[in-house]
Amino acid sequence: MAFSKKHILGLGDLSAEEINIILDTAESMKEISTRNVKKVPTLKGKTVVNLFFEPSTRTRSSFEIAEKRLSADVLNFSVSQSSVVKGESLLDTARNFEAMGASIVVVRHGMSGAPFVLAREINASVINAGDGAHEHPSQALIDIFTIREKKGRIEGLNVLIVGDILNSRVARSNIFGLRKLGAKVRVVGPATIVPKYFSEMGAEIFYSLEHAIDNVDVVIMLRVQNERKTLEYFPSLREYSGLYGLTKEKLELAKKDTIVMHPGPINRGVELTSEIADDPHAVILEQVANGIAVRMAMIYLVALGESL
Amino acid sequence: MGVLIKNGHVIDPSQSLDMVSDIYVQGDRVKEISKRIDTPRKSDIVIDANGQIVAPGFIDIHVHLREPGYEHKETIKTGCLAAAAGGFTSVVCMPNTNPINDNASVTEYILLKARTEGIVNVFPIGAITKGEKGEELADIGEMCEAGCVGISDDGMPVTDSGLMRKAMEYVKPFGIPVITHAEDLGLSAGGVMNEGFVSTELGLRGIPSASEEVAVGRDIILSELTGTPLHICHVSTKDSVRLVREAKKRGANVTAEATPHHFTLTDREIYGYNTNAKMNPPLRTQKDVDAIVEGLADGTIDVIATDHAPHSQDEKNVEFDLAPFGIVGLETALSLSLKLVHEGIITLDEMIKKLTIVPSEILGIERGTLAPGSIADIVVFDPEKGYTVTPGEFFSKGRNTPFSGWELKGMVSNTIVSGKIIFSCN
Repeated sequence: MAFSKKHILGLGDLSAEEINIILDTAESMKEISTRNVKKVPTLKGKTVVNLFFEPSTRTRSSFEIAEKRLSADVLNFSVSQSSVVKGESLLDTARNFEAMGASIVVVRHGMSGAPFVLAREINASVINAGDGAHEHPSQALIDIFTIREKKGRIEGLNVLIVGDILNSRVARSNIFGLRKLGAKVRVVGPATIVPKYFSEMGAEIFYSLEHAIDNVDVVIMLRVQNERKTLEYFPSLREYSGLYGLTKEKLELAKKDTIVMHPGPINRGVELTSEIADDPHAVILEQVANGIAVRMAMIYLVALGESL
Repeated sequence: MGVLIKNGHVIDPSQSLDMVSDIYVQGDRVKEISKRIDTPRKSDIVIDANGQIVAPGFIDIHVHLREPGYEHKETIKTGCLAAAAGGFTSVVCMPNTNPINDNASVTEYILLKARTEGIVNVFPIGAITKGEKGEELADIGEMCEAGCVGISDDGMPVTDSGLMRKAMEYVKPFGIPVITHAEDLGLSAGGVMNEGFVSTELGLRGIPSASEEVAVGRDIILSELTGTPLHICHVSTKDSVRLVREAKKRGANVTAEATPHHFTLTDREIYGYNTNAKMNPPLRTQKDVDAIVEGLADGTIDVIATDHAPHSQDEKNVEFDLAPFGIVGLETALSLSLKLVHEGIITLDEMIKKLTIVPSEILGIERGTLAPGSIADIVVFDPEKGYTVTPGEFFSKGRNTPFSGWELKGMVSNTIVSGKIIFSCN
């Protein structure tokens, strides 16, 4: 089966087969990064625009490196230098870049569903680089890729996601993707940010990290997103970190070979102690490295789909 | 000159009339209804209503005409045209214009515009508080004198329960009802759709059912405290229906309306971030739809109203969070209501009742009946005639409907206001 999607908007829209194609492609892409000349001519002559309406360092840089390794011409547009402050709409902004010849638009936006508006209205391919609290498909694909690399499989694994589930696009994308590939997903956090509806999405809900972590293969720690007003949902960071921060002692309740992941940027001392961040169980920097290969795969496959 | 409507199936719940007959209209009044009326004069217009329903013109108790202030969304003229095409001969317009209809001069402006440009009757609702700010009472008495038929801070509910109580007490001697958009803004907390599984999947902020139910409960209690008639707008949840049912059982002076979209659609319409399915109160779940339908059938819900809320396409074609709440409804309400009739949930008589005599009684307006001597506002429609909903053909400036492309049954052939045929389509 070939990958025939024009856009990658979320793992909710992808089949298990399509997710596996991206992961397999990412493996070949990873090999490119080990070469002396880390560049292939695949996207020569194509223009990719990174349309970032929300501040982001690692996602934008990672996409940019991925695009450059595929030899695409890269345009970066971020909100600080944008005409958005002058009142231009999302659609008009995107149409302008399309008029400049962009054939792939990588979009990060603070509002859920913004990439869907673009996909509906413009001709270019759209890759969602994170929309509001909805999805962050590239991050979840990186997480799943890293898990597969470390564990050799996804099916049957117990994966625990810790933190602000309600406001997390990383959580949603991971739940969609991991469930489709046969993993069991648990979520844990304060009751105000772990709504009951997540059980209908196939996740098992916990409120105690000590209980939730029992027998898990993977722990994904989410960042406390101060910018999304997470702090309205619990009394204080101190209380949060006491209840849901990952420590050496809590990690010992999981399996011996449990891996700890974090989409970054990490708040040391809040979600996890420095000790954990620098522990061999943590694969946080490997996630970052894998990010380039996974994003190369996404761009490459969408470009293929587009030229079909 | 007169109008003779021949051989129509006349249904007028105000007189318990349900039979094939002729109707003769002379001037602006209904002159006669009987089995057979022969054309008295050569100059009379004859409408052949054979196989069609003839009923009092519909009254939409909840419409946003947008004028003054938002003429790019709708004007009194285009809103009235849309009403006529949908079989409505009277529309009741909400005060959230710019400026807000919170004083007699705005009321007078709306009525003047309606007299010169509107082809159906326009009955304004005045604001409860100045600027719909929820801080001090608007000029309720003066607006009532100028022609307002009710008061409401629709869309911007009065948060302060003490002020709401004062409004209810103050308005009581004027004999007009308080119309409540029941919503606890603290519980809505910036939500953009129903809180539930779908909002969770889509990562959109939810408006819980409780946001409406808490406010429905409060306003029913205040209405019972003050004895002021309360009309509850666009009921959208199962427990709101229950609260209204229980209040009525206690004898409270409470009425309620439901919109076609709330008795037809669920929040699943929003998948794909469809801003034409974004309105407030939001589309809920199937159990809520079922409860509203049940409420319509057992009489808990008295009125069908559209909450016609036109917006321009540019305003709707944006990020879901940024899109304004609201959809148009005047031109699809009849066929969506008829769907309930075709499905055997309510009778045609009950449907017409909820669109005519009941809303007229709630607001105390002299419309909604074909009794001889009354103003001749009449609709003639074919309940079986099918069509495809095509927003591009709407008379309304608004194209924002979630029903685009739906195959529905029920088309208006003639709309008559004060004895004049203002819309006709064959």
